[in-house]
Amino acid sequence: MAKHSVIESTTELRRSPAAHLDQLMAAATVTGQRAVALREIAFSTQISLRAVPGSAGHQALAQATGVGLPQQVGQVSGDVSGTAVLWLGPDEFSVFNAAGEDLSPTLEAALAEHEGQVTDLSANRTVLELTGQAASLVLRKSCPADLHPRSFAVNQAITTTLANVPILLWRTTENGWYLMPRASFTEHVVHWLVDAMNEFASEPVI
Amino acid sequence: MMLIDCPNCGPRNETEFKFGGQAHVAYPADPHALSDKEWAQFLFYRKNPKGINAERWVHAMGCRKWFNALRDTVTYEFKAIYRAGEERPALQSTDGGTR
Repeated sequence: MAKHSVIESTTELRRSPAAHLDQLMAAATVTGQRAVALREIAFSTQISLRAVPGSAGHQALAQATGVGLPQQVGQVSGDVSGTAVLWLGPDEFSVFNAAGEDLSPTLEAALAEHEGQVTDLSANRTVLELTGQAASLVLRKSCPADLHPRSFAVNQAITTTLANVPILLWRTTENGWYLMPRASFTEHVVHWLVDAMNEFASEPVI
Repeated sequence: MMLIDCPNCGPRNETEFKFGGQAHVAYPADPHALSDKEWAQFLFYRKNPKGINAERWVHAMGCRKWFNALRDTVTYEFKAIYRAGEERPALQSTDGGTR
């Protein structure tokens, strides 16, 4: 029987959903007046929370996140620099941490026996960052949501679609967006965006 | 393209929603007491009105919650939107809908 070597840590073996598209995204970068760039933020922490507002579980989780829980559509508790909580539904939230901190033990301990749910879904979605003057224009080509600053302010996030696949869309800065497609849709979304960014490399035809 | 006013998320594009059939079809109190004909009526028979219809919709690409709507089957306009479990509202005004 062949002797198997022991894998010390699986962390070194893991591969992010858009890792193989790294060079494609880098090559698609547009500079100048209509700048736009796309990159992946790999291995962030994403934890799904389910708790009905007003319940003991909801209160416990709101305390445990350190930034509370968002109350209504679009709201984000905290921001992109640390731990943030996105509103997905009246009783569904997504905890995000870009640094990849393992937050689930704290949250699970806080929820304890209360009614609700804490599920680590870090591998469910990846994060694509779209930045630049023309980032909103690129998104507007295939996202049906209203992206105007009037209705989509900085540090707001919604669930919507991009190129017909469901994503979480988060405006992190004036010209910066976090797009969170599911891992299996990432290839499609990246290729779609790279194609959408292409026209901004040329002068606009009036 | 039509905007549908989700009770949780506000107006969103119709492509984010899925249709769920006629609203207010109550499960029989005692299904065993029903004849085959009555059971078939419950399972398969739905209204097909020309005009206002009470329907279930789900915001599938958004908050994933179900809600009810009164929709005009002639013009496709959403005349009223109310949460699951709420009474069917009496229509106040039919001008404009939620479009």
